[in-house]
Amino acid sequence: MINERMINALVLAGLLALPLYALAVDEPFTITLVTRAVILALAAVGLNIVLGFGGMVSFGHAVFFGIGGYAMGILAYHAQTYSTLDLGLFTTEGTKLMPVIWLVAMAVSGLVALIIGLLSLRTSGVYFIMITLAFGQMFFYFAISWAEYGGEDGVSIYVRNSFPGLNTLVPIQFFAICFVILCLVLFLKERLRASPFGLALNAARQSATRAETVGLNPMRLRLVAFVISGMITGLAGALFADLNRFVSPSMFSWQLSGELIVLIIIGGAGRLMGPVIGACVFVALEHFLGGLTDFWHVYLGLILLGIVLFGRGGIIGMLTRTEGAHV
Amino acid sequence: MSTILIIEQVLNGLQFGVMLFLMAAGLTLIFGVMGLINLAHGSLYMVGAFAAAAVAGATGSFFLGLVAALAAAALAGAVIEMVVIRRLYAAPHLDQVLATFALILIFSEGTRWVFGSFPLFLDIPVGLAGPVTLPGGIEYPLYRLALIGIGLAVGLGLWALIERTRIGIQIRAGENDREMIAALGVDISKLYTLIFALGAALAGLAGALVGAIQSVQVGMGEPVLILAFVVIVIGGIGSIRGAFIGALLVGLTDTLGGVFLPELFKLFMETGAAQKSGSAIASMAIYILMGLVLVWRPTGLFGARG
Amino acid sequence: MSDVVLSTHNLTKRFGALVATDDVSIDLRAGEVHAIIGPNGAGKSTLIQQICGGLKPDAGRVELVGRDVSSLTTQARAKAGLGRTFQISQLCMEDTVLENVLLGAIGAGGSPWRFWRGALGLTDMRERAQAALHRVGLADAADIRCANLSHGQRRQLEVAVALTLNPRAFVMDEPMAGLGADGSKQLTALLDGLRAEAPILLVEHDMDAVFALADRISVLVYGKVIATGTADDIRASDVVREAYLGTEA
Repeated sequence: MINERMINALVLAGLLALPLYALAVDEPFTITLVTRAVILALAAVGLNIVLGFGGMVSFGHAVFFGIGGYAMGILAYHAQTYSTLDLGLFTTEGTKLMPVIWLVAMAVSGLVALIIGLLSLRTSGVYFIMITLAFGQMFFYFAISWAEYGGEDGVSIYVRNSFPGLNTLVPIQFFAICFVILCLVLFLKERLRASPFGLALNAARQSATRAETVGLNPMRLRLVAFVISGMITGLAGALFADLNRFVSPSMFSWQLSGELIVLIIIGGAGRLMGPVIGACVFVALEHFLGGLTDFWHVYLGLILLGIVLFGRGGIIGMLTRTEGAHV
Repeated sequence: MSTILIIEQVLNGLQFGVMLFLMAAGLTLIFGVMGLINLAHGSLYMVGAFAAAAVAGATGSFFLGLVAALAAAALAGAVIEMVVIRRLYAAPHLDQVLATFALILIFSEGTRWVFGSFPLFLDIPVGLAGPVTLPGGIEYPLYRLALIGIGLAVGLGLWALIERTRIGIQIRAGENDREMIAALGVDISKLYTLIFALGAALAGLAGALVGAIQSVQVGMGEPVLILAFVVIVIGGIGSIRGAFIGALLVGLTDTLGGVFLPELFKLFMETGAAQKSGSAIASMAIYILMGLVLVWRPTGLFGARG
Repeated sequence: MSDVVLSTHNLTKRFGALVATDDVSIDLRAGEVHAIIGPNGAGKSTLIQQICGGLKPDAGRVELVGRDVSSLTTQARAKAGLGRTFQISQLCMEDTVLENVLLGAIGAGGSPWRFWRGALGLTDMRERAQAALHRVGLADAADIRCANLSHGQRRQLEVAVALTLNPRAFVMDEPMAGLGADGSKQLTALLDGLRAEAPILLVEHDMDAVFALADRISVLVYGKVIATGTADDIRASDVVREAYLGTEA
């Protein structure tokens, strides 16, 4: 029997130690791999607020990941081509500054989450799953037909965007940025979970009737959770695009939405570090199995099937022998 | 804009719509009776297409290909129902989504393993090749016309099966009260396997039929699957009639939108911009349609449950 | 009639041909327990749902402390002072007992729109929650997960959550359901004391509890109130006898 706190601490420590070790033995690729896991974890942490705490199975969170990616792509594209972006109310030359890009990514994701949430939270159950999925496809096809920004080919950025005082081109420094953001978001999420809002949201998942009879509005709680969640996943999208120096419609794909859910389930739904563990396992599988066979998705599928049919609670659930949130 | 073009596009929309109906009918039937959301339905579509392409390629007979598609998809459906799906009927939707998502991964990569990454091609049967002249002098591909006919015939057959046969009575009873029909001595698990295989066969049929006008490749099922979801969300989950109306709506909206929205935009925009924004909006038209339907009726046009 | 706290006026609800609630006018006065009894299918649940906001009546209205609440949502009625308990417990099974009552305090007295401070750290809310637990005798169970409570304790917790709302009126749907004789006796004693805080509209099948508690009893049959009166009135009523035992008993 292992304590969940211990696991959490171990995971974070490992996530920090591995890149440092890679730096010492000069293996920059490993650092990039861990950075990838950290960013995917961040995206899934965002989704987990909706899925694990709120009980809403959003199958369209790639929308926010993609919006974050395109926010980065569009701003950086205009900055690197010295062209003007005309937004009607004002024009801008774009920017290469990460903090500005992040803010834009989060603002736009939040706004879109508000609109999607208002429409899809009218429904529940299977309808909600399908509608969020359909919204994802809508953005996917829109991005494909968006010729200004490369259509199907997307947008490439020559040089990674900058952060004041750091050289983001050095893998370990970019990793540090992502890792700090992840820790910060995990901290905020923990506060959120314990706050009155978190308590109310959690109650609305377990029994909407209960929430209503004590004067709470489940729909409004869910909407706010959806917006917060979208903003976090949007931020992750901006970082992901910066990691690859590339954004394309595939960031909006339904497979990505599915994979984000898979990350959470592998780790354990509704748990603080569930998405983080899930992302690490996912990236490790992708790397090692992908190196052994071209068909690693078959094994991923089998593992996933095993977890769903036999191992509810994910890895954390198995290690601590406790059940996670029921979604 | 000529009348001929309009009629042609309407026929294209209908053809697309009835093929979507074949997919959506199985999905909605499976949800209506078993309460299961099946993402792997698109994989069964793909299985049908690959089986048809492989058998037709080996034997030279399109008809044998179709038979193979039906058999392979129904068999694959029955197998996954017995091995995986039946454990999920009582599970939360999230489990169903994840497990069937896992099945997609397994099916897609498995197919790539067997057939490789290159698309296969399925030829239109000789008897149905070439255009046919419709009244009014419109030339239209005979094969596409045949698809419309097959789609409508299957729709009619399905209606007759559910409304007029013993098995149909059991299916309808299964939607309402599974304990009751189990108590009446109907083997519910056999019935479920049968319904699942039937839905799978319809998907396989659609895959094979569409495979002859598109290429047969891994991943072909999922875009159609998601459109079929849009169809049943619009029509109301669980309703075959809703699936039929929804499928035609989606088929027509998608096809006509792609052609006419840019034209429409040209009326008040310059040509280049109209082309661009017209096709951008057209690519989202069905989702906008879905959004509007849901604002109006959150459980779809003919839906009862949420 | 200035002491009427909760009342329904000509409440009517039809499901197709079935009239589930037929022109029901009842009232709940300060300090009393008013029990609603009636055979299964008499429309008691439908009535409660209309009072609390889960169902919209076809005709008639609901008033709480002189205010027409008919068009309010469930959550607005809760805020206005309706403390409801359920026949089938609606508790957050994954949460602790304290968290369950805290939820009530936050929903009715505080605000859920606080994202930073821990809910357990809100002293006023916590005190309100603990007072409610103390009142129902669950103070020692505060940190137990709700899923691990006994059936009787869950019943008490339901009442405690309703208490945190500082309600003007309680509406209780079969609080005794599933309790043994001892548990029933305990809960009866608890409810007996509660009427001083707020009057109780009590739907109940346990007749011992009803006759022990109720100041007034209304009998609902086929959606209609056929009699209202004290326990003795009801016992002596021919109409009630007829409804329960058939003609000429």
